[in-house]
Amino acid sequence: MARSLITLPERVTRGQSFTVRTLLQHPMESGFRVGADGRVLPRDIVRRFRCLYDGELVVEVELFPAVAANPFFEFSVRAVDSGTLLFEWEGDQGFRHREQRALSVA
Amino acid sequence: MKPASILLLAAVLWAPGVHADGRRSGFEYMGAATQAMQRDDSLNPGMLWVLQGEQLWSRPLGDAGGSCAGCHGAAPQSMRGVAARYPAFDAALGRPVDLPQRIAACHQRLRPGAPPDAEAALALQAYVAHQSRGLPIAPPDDARLQAPRERGRALWGQRIGQLDLACSDCHDALAGRRLGGSPVPQGHPTGYPIYRLEWQGLGTLQRRLRACVVGVRAEPFAADAPQWVELELHLAWRARGMPLETPAVRP
Repeated sequence: MARSLITLPERVTRGQSFTVRTLLQHPMESGFRVGADGRVLPRDIVRRFRCLYDGELVVEVELFPAVAANPFFEFSVRAVDSGTLLFEWEGDQGFRHREQRALSVA
Repeated sequence: MKPASILLLAAVLWAPGVHADGRRSGFEYMGAATQAMQRDDSLNPGMLWVLQGEQLWSRPLGDAGGSCAGCHGAAPQSMRGVAARYPAFDAALGRPVDLPQRIAACHQRLRPGAPPDAEAALALQAYVAHQSRGLPIAPPDDARLQAPRERGRALWGQRIGQLDLACSDCHDALAGRRLGGSPVPQGHPTGYPIYRLEWQGLGTLQRRLRACVVGVRAEPFAADAPQWVELELHLAWRARGMPLETPAVRP
């Protein structure tokens, strides 16, 4: 079960840049560790994170096995119009998680 | 009052700190970055489990459809202060139980024969203990806890393992010094379940104690052994009055 914690202001003024924080629960299994049975644990990482603001790509991140579990990102976005922010994570073993947040711009 | 100042006030109100008598939360020994991670709920990975616990709280369990909320109501009211007084004596079981065991017993009543999976149990513990954040640890004044607490205190001072070390050898006598590169904390259970960076996940107090026992190369007790709860009783007594920080972040 994927869970995420997204923090952003509810209201922002036009032209102002605001901070977005995202925390995703994910084991980020590197594929180099050995399990209790002596076998290598298969790699299971998030490979890509994307944030779209009204369909426009504002942030894209590529992740690698060295990233720790529960990856956290903080980035700034400039407020243009009221709309939705779409957060998207994709990874190994068909992992896919999406979240949406409404943004109101005054 | 601006939201930022309310947040700051909230942070000051539950800020773990140095107690007047020199007792220090493990928080005090951490670096500034790790402290910031714990202080800010939008950075604290432990909040992921708290969030999941909130969802599980009202989710129906078993055939009768009962849920935690069905008996206990809204957790912010009913669970406030509960984690601060555990471990407590359970009259039905006739022995002291800690918070994870109490939640497991509840789960067992609602859904006999199907124990909760470890992650769900952790999430519920985190959610329940989170309701007591900022409250002082208040071990109950219960005569039935006296004997187990004494046994816990004896265990704390008992040398074990190939390294022949007692808990008190490090966490009383050498607290504040360093073991390798890491500071030795006083070992107060103020933030369990904790998000430990080394584990890259949430873990219980029993897991932390087990890590210490294995660390001195002793054979750990069985998972359901009474010794763990006895140690936890002593630790809660030792940390009485210190504020809870759940979910704490530790290196």
